[in-house]
Amino acid sequence: MDTQTLIYLFVGATFALYIGIAIYTRAGSTSEYYVASKGVHPVLNGMATGADWMSAASFISMAGIISFVGLDGSVYLMGWTGGYVLLAMCLAPYLRKFGKFTVPDFIGARYYSSTARLVAVICVIFISFTYVAGQMRGVGIVFSRYLEVDINTGVIIGMAIVFFYSVLGGMKGITYTQVAQYCVMMFAYMVPAIFLSMMLTGNPIPQLGFGSTVLGSDTYLLDKLNGLGTELGFNIYTDGTKSTIDVFFITMALMVGTAGLPHVIVRFFTTPTVRDARKSAAWALLFIAILYTTAPALAAFARTNLLTSIPGVSYAEVPSWFKTWEKAGLVAWLDKNDDGKIQYGPGAPFAGAPTFDKAPGEHGERQVTNAPTPAATELYVDRDIMVLANPEIANLPGWVVALIAAGGLAAALSTAAGLLLVISTSISHDLLKSTLMPKISEKQELLAARVAAAVAVVVAGIFGIYPPAFVAQVVAFAFGLAAASFFPAIVLGIFSKRANKQGAIAGMIVGLTFTFAYIVYFKFINPSLDNAQHWWFGISPEGIGTLGMIFNVIVTYVVSMITAPPPAQIQELIEDIRIPRGAGAAIAH
Amino acid sequence: MSSPKRPEAAQAYWQENLRLMLILLAIWFFISFGCGILFVEQLNAIQFFGFPLGFWFAQQGSIFGFLGLIAFYVWKMNQLDRKHDFHED
Repeated sequence: MDTQTLIYLFVGATFALYIGIAIYTRAGSTSEYYVASKGVHPVLNGMATGADWMSAASFISMAGIISFVGLDGSVYLMGWTGGYVLLAMCLAPYLRKFGKFTVPDFIGARYYSSTARLVAVICVIFISFTYVAGQMRGVGIVFSRYLEVDINTGVIIGMAIVFFYSVLGGMKGITYTQVAQYCVMMFAYMVPAIFLSMMLTGNPIPQLGFGSTVLGSDTYLLDKLNGLGTELGFNIYTDGTKSTIDVFFITMALMVGTAGLPHVIVRFFTTPTVRDARKSAAWALLFIAILYTTAPALAAFARTNLLTSIPGVSYAEVPSWFKTWEKAGLVAWLDKNDDGKIQYGPGAPFAGAPTFDKAPGEHGERQVTNAPTPAATELYVDRDIMVLANPEIANLPGWVVALIAAGGLAAALSTAAGLLLVISTSISHDLLKSTLMPKISEKQELLAARVAAAVAVVVAGIFGIYPPAFVAQVVAFAFGLAAASFFPAIVLGIFSKRANKQGAIAGMIVGLTFTFAYIVYFKFINPSLDNAQHWWFGISPEGIGTLGMIFNVIVTYVVSMITAPPPAQIQELIEDIRIPRGAGAAIAH
Repeated sequence: MSSPKRPEAAQAYWQENLRLMLILLAIWFFISFGCGILFVEQLNAIQFFGFPLGFWFAQQGSIFGFLGLIAFYVWKMNQLDRKHDFHED
């Protein structure tokens, strides 16, 4: 069978599997729809959390980014795993004991205020939409690269699948499809990584191959990589270029943001007991760590392969993967010095992403029409191919390529579904049932949740088809805002009996407004000033959520101290959530 | 919501929980922000198998450390629940 047929077969089979699971596990009550009746085994919940968490960005882009920036890429590795320590110790067990359905539920009850709940609902919806737009785009891109349909058709097919299982199955359906998606994506990620590791170092475990010697020599892989890079004028791979303060703040914002993201938190509402919530955080991190410790190894392998097989080679002799991805427009070569060889070095060969002329160039390459830059480098490489091209680089059979396509789709779909569920829950439960129309029956609430999910899928799809120009830039929003708004409100709500309504509302608003304003200023109002000289204390917009969080904590503390302490029944509530016994099943309402 | 029946026991349980959490979070901070960011250059002078040590902490070591921390926390908290008789079922 040829590769294209295999891709259709794999993608079709996984879609059929997801739909089958959704039909089998469809939700019949709000408790099933919102939190899968709190009956999810911790190991399965860990897997589902892993799939929920690891998006198209983790699966496709992260290793590529690390591959190009080396040590600086660690902010993602530490930031997107370290947050689980905070989740396990500061949030998950207590929110599970609290025992309701959503993050705004907790904020509203703990701060005895529908205003606080409303602020939380707005944050949830904003953060989740920002995030989901990128996922739908990811689905479209995977479709267009592998299934030869255009991006928009890809987005629509993706919408239809997500629509089906999130609207039908709710949290219960999503949980079990995410378990399947986790298995698909991990298998797809690990197979090429293992083969590349064996090819380069002879060690089948990528995490160990990363620190081994290159096959047939005594040089360590990383030393070789540092050497190759320095020869071509790149920075040393294992040294950073970002300032320490910026790396510190970005890592902290990503960690705290991870722990504050509503679609991750809500997964810990689904376990049967408090003990299981803790356990499930451990399993989640284990399942995530398998990918996150492989990614830096994969990044180093891919970088080594690129630097040994391309620079200085004449175009006529490049490996076949180069031409495959040139055809896809993700690799481009502009022969600046007319020697027919590919020169590669720091900087960009031309401005922006490549646009191609119809006629081929002198050596048969796709001719680039972009204006060249003064830099000597002639090679454009899209970061995503560091993962996508691996099966070909490692000479793996066609079914591995098909696996990567199915894995990329699993990663994007699972995250999109988790986010859509959070959006639909916020609207039906937090906005309608708890705020606007408290008298609706459970059946009506369930219907409202499904309608909200359907509308959210369509809106997300529209964002995917017509991506707002700023989609790539607003990822910082989701993490920064989660860090600056929810995280302090929830943690203070559990660990301080003194934090009150006024403090929490003021804190959330200050943290949110400050972070929002800083990002908007540097990303949209004055992008030309977006550099270290103009940033406060050298903190980039990606890391500013950390400062927003600090402001939130200070404001909450000061305002709480000068206003009345929370009423007695709230103090009792806090004492109650601090001990595990008596969590029981989902509380009916 | 019912308040805990044994306020002294709840207090003792909470104090032990806080102490455990603060110790583990200090280690969490040390292996990631300390070894992986603040002291990364100094540690990079040390070779650890095929890695500069600081780079290893930033890209792999800290993640293994996080796993160890959560696993220990889960185990220790289960013990603590039983010791103070607040465990479930």
